[in-house]
Amino acid sequence: MTEPILDIRGVTKRFGALAASDDISLDLRPGEIHALIGPNGAGKSTLIQQIAGGLAPDSGRVLFDGRDVTALSTAARAQLGMGRTFQISALAMDYTVLQNAVLGALGARGGVFRFFRPVMRDAALLARARAALDEVGLAEFEAMRTSELSHGQRRQLEVAVALTLAPRIFLMDEPMAGLGSEGSQRLTGILDRLRRRAPILLVEHDMDAVFALADRISVLVYGQIIATGSVAEIRSDAEVRRAYLGEEDEA
Amino acid sequence: MKREMVFNLALLALILGVALWAQASDEPFLITLTTRAVIFAIAGVGLNFALGFGGLVSFGHAAFFGLGGYVMGVLAYHAQTYTPLFEAPLLIQGTKSMPVIWLVSILLSSLLALAIGALSLRTSGVYFIMITLAFAQMLYYFAISWAAYGGEDGLSIYVRNGFPGLNTMDPLQFFALCFALLLIVLLLVSLAARSAFGLALGAARQNEARVQAVGQTPYRLYLVAFVISGAITGLAGALFADLNRFVSPVMFSWQTSGEIMVFVILGGVGRIFGPVAGAVLFILLEHLLGGLSAYWHIYLGAILLGVVLFARGGLYGLIAGREVAHD
Repeated sequence: MTEPILDIRGVTKRFGALAASDDISLDLRPGEIHALIGPNGAGKSTLIQQIAGGLAPDSGRVLFDGRDVTALSTAARAQLGMGRTFQISALAMDYTVLQNAVLGALGARGGVFRFFRPVMRDAALLARARAALDEVGLAEFEAMRTSELSHGQRRQLEVAVALTLAPRIFLMDEPMAGLGSEGSQRLTGILDRLRRRAPILLVEHDMDAVFALADRISVLVYGQIIATGSVAEIRSDAEVRRAYLGEEDEA
Repeated sequence: MKREMVFNLALLALILGVALWAQASDEPFLITLTTRAVIFAIAGVGLNFALGFGGLVSFGHAAFFGLGGYVMGVLAYHAQTYTPLFEAPLLIQGTKSMPVIWLVSILLSSLLALAIGALSLRTSGVYFIMITLAFAQMLYYFAISWAAYGGEDGLSIYVRNGFPGLNTMDPLQFFALCFALLLIVLLLVSLAARSAFGLALGAARQNEARVQAVGQTPYRLYLVAFVISGAITGLAGALFADLNRFVSPVMFSWQTSGEIMVFVILGGVGRIFGPVAGAVLFILLEHLLGGLSAYWHIYLGAILLGVVLFARGGLYGLIAGREVAHD
């Protein structure tokens, strides 16, 4: 079996009496899309934050590429190759689409403390930024102000910025959130191609997308992983149906 | 040519034109007034680097303005009294040389901004405003109680400091010097705004999480911006003291911090030439309204209120339109 790139071991995070992450172990292997599903409040975003940085677990470790990154900052983890997209688009809204992509390329390359040369004339950064925009189908919108993009385009731009980092893994927090069926189909296509670049840990509510994309699925309920397995296994898992999928049918 | 560019050039031409016209019609007071506007503009461009580009609302930039002023005052005082500044561990004399005074002002203001910034940038929002204000107030009270350099009365310097090849006592020549420095500062700031640093700083202002997610630390970007900002405002302080040939604790006061902020807001937050327009407008209002009433600040307040409520982009927002994203 291939070595996992991301290996989460026994991560626990409590907020008072609530265990948002209760001894979670989970890994991400090369070439795969590993979906993390679970009802609202199950602790998915809390877990993503502990993986990406910004929230320190009470106990447990996050190993990335064989290295313990539990104590590293968000920025340091991004430098190591964690490409993240946010549940609520985190983009520089006053910038153009291209500027956001160049920002990603710049962040990954380093050298932000250069004060005299115009950054938007830097051929290497522009090439990297445009390649990423092209990959998610935003090339023709590069001159548009980001605040003027549609919701779906912003989600695509998030993915493009993560791509400019040439990441080792992608961490995607509900990339389909708020998308219509057309938008989520387009993004599903993009993510499907992306797994060849780097494996994706995909937190998602959109079950059509999850079942279409995931190689493995882990189900998180009340801070605990209750099952991990292939799409077929998870679909037929009685506990999962009761705890999660069944709830959706009733609703 | 873009509308903003036309307005920038018109603004610089106006300042230069007024000074030359004043010289031709033998109105030295008007030249001094214009020089004052130019120096205020430099101070405002400095603050705008932190406030406009970095979103760091510093209410303590008088700390740097005052420090620049006192660097000039103290160095020139020792030169005019022929007393050394330090004797041990090594002998340091005062100086009447502007370039040296500028350099020391920039250097010390940078160090002060590094210290203030390193501490206050751990907070944000209203706490940041309060902490920067508190630092400036500390220096204000320190200057008041520093009897060796005049305490509350301040320091008078009898002869304006010198610049090689120029007669700085001639109002027009001193104006030209300040104007040239303004141009240099504007050029450097324009370059920085379009540089890698400018892109990252602006992104941090808009969305810190985004900057972290691409592997950069907003705190470092802010700190560097704050240091550059403080250095520019410190240089303006040294020039202001030289203009008046006088420095007093008032340069450290919160009213001074407020005035520098007014230049930025009147002109247009985050616009490179915004503070220049703001400072010119401020001097114009001070001169026109000041003639009407000693309480002219009431009118200034009303105008400021109008700008904040109805013209967020300041003068630049009104005339040059919404800021276009850098190419």
